[in-house]
Amino acid sequence: MDIEVIRSYIPLYNEALLLTFKIGMLGILTAFIIGLSGAAALYFKVPVIGKILTAYIELFRNTPLLVQLFFIYFALPKLGIRISAQTCGIMGLGLIGGAYMIETMRSGLESIDIIQSESALSLGMSKGQVFWNIILPQAISISIPGIMANVIFLLKETSVFSTISLMDLMFTAKDLIGMYAKTIECLFLLVVYYLIMLLPVSILGSVVERRVRYAGFGD
Amino acid sequence: MQGLGIDVLFKGTNMLRLLKGLWVSVEISLISVVISIVLGLIVGVLMTSKNGALRLLFRSYLEVVRIMPQMVLLFIVYFGTTRVFGINISAELSAIIVFVFWGTAEMGDLVRGSIKSIPRIQYDSAYALGMNKFQVHFYIVFPQTIRRLLPLSINLVTRMIKTTSLVMMIGIVEVLKVAQQIIEANRKASPNAAFGVFAVVFLLYFIVCWPISRFAVKLEKRWV
Repeated sequence: MDIEVIRSYIPLYNEALLLTFKIGMLGILTAFIIGLSGAAALYFKVPVIGKILTAYIELFRNTPLLVQLFFIYFALPKLGIRISAQTCGIMGLGLIGGAYMIETMRSGLESIDIIQSESALSLGMSKGQVFWNIILPQAISISIPGIMANVIFLLKETSVFSTISLMDLMFTAKDLIGMYAKTIECLFLLVVYYLIMLLPVSILGSVVERRVRYAGFGD
Repeated sequence: MQGLGIDVLFKGTNMLRLLKGLWVSVEISLISVVISIVLGLIVGVLMTSKNGALRLLFRSYLEVVRIMPQMVLLFIVYFGTTRVFGINISAELSAIIVFVFWGTAEMGDLVRGSIKSIPRIQYDSAYALGMNKFQVHFYIVFPQTIRRLLPLSINLVTRMIKTTSLVMMIGIVEVLKVAQQIIEANRKASPNAAFGVFAVVFLLYFIVCWPISRFAVKLEKRWV
């Protein structure tokens, strides 16, 4: 292992980390928004949208992100829909993540006992108030472990972005190996940078999980 | 169909090639799953052991697998080993090594979770009935664990199949690579081939994974 080589690669990896993290975070945010609104739609049993959402969830949960990205990036332009690689990455991550998030949050919402909303309604709260103030906070705290697992899964999935020529960590490593053949240094840095990105999230996940456990009632 | 480029698939043996490519992915994942399940059962039982050092070892193994993207592991095994040890592992073998490494951890965690989910009272009642340790584990804990485990491990199969799409990155010619080849070869004749072919690949993955995950959901509903 050559320290000099590693030092010279660090700026490139920093840049790649920033891009990976940015796309990852935007994708996760999209996924969260899709998840929350989708789960709410399923919870309230909105007629047509429920069917569409179920089809969407099944389709995206049963295909790999790589194939979805290829479809969005290479196939859609043939229909005249042109999307930049970055937007494509965010969209792909958002769509696959959304499918997983809806499932997680829906099971969270459904696990809240009906007595909670009945009691709230009998206290004179409106339907919206019941959902926002009573059901949702409890559901979120129940789904936190699932949500954190999804976040880690999605951040890991960013590694396939290199295939649509986004200059992420994987792309940088592959590129540098191809150019200078310093395989060991490149792979070492790759591992270190993924650890830098994912270890804090993983630790944060277990801390948050432990804290929200107090939010449970009754047991 | 000319416009969407699906016609390309009906030229020559293109569709057959695509299906063969899909079989490569499925084959790699099936081999890996079988090995992972066997090793995962052992790892999972060891994870529930009272030995602290052993538990710590497996916990860190699990954490590594949870954090490292499979693609990074593939690169390390495929490109790294050649450099460090000077041995040349074929792409297929490195893929299987990585998926077994990953699958064993996942399976181990599932086994651990299933064993832990058996309530204390089951053990106590069995001992109270005069069963010995072996009987308790074999007749009481094991059957209940399997019931919880089976749907989860079937889900692991679909995840495995989905993740094998990554092996294209280390040069294995599987369904995505074949798709790219077909599109490249027909660039002039049907410029829209990318749409048709990738749409079909998308559907192929869905057709393989969807029934399996439905089956897992059904088992889960019936048994849990």
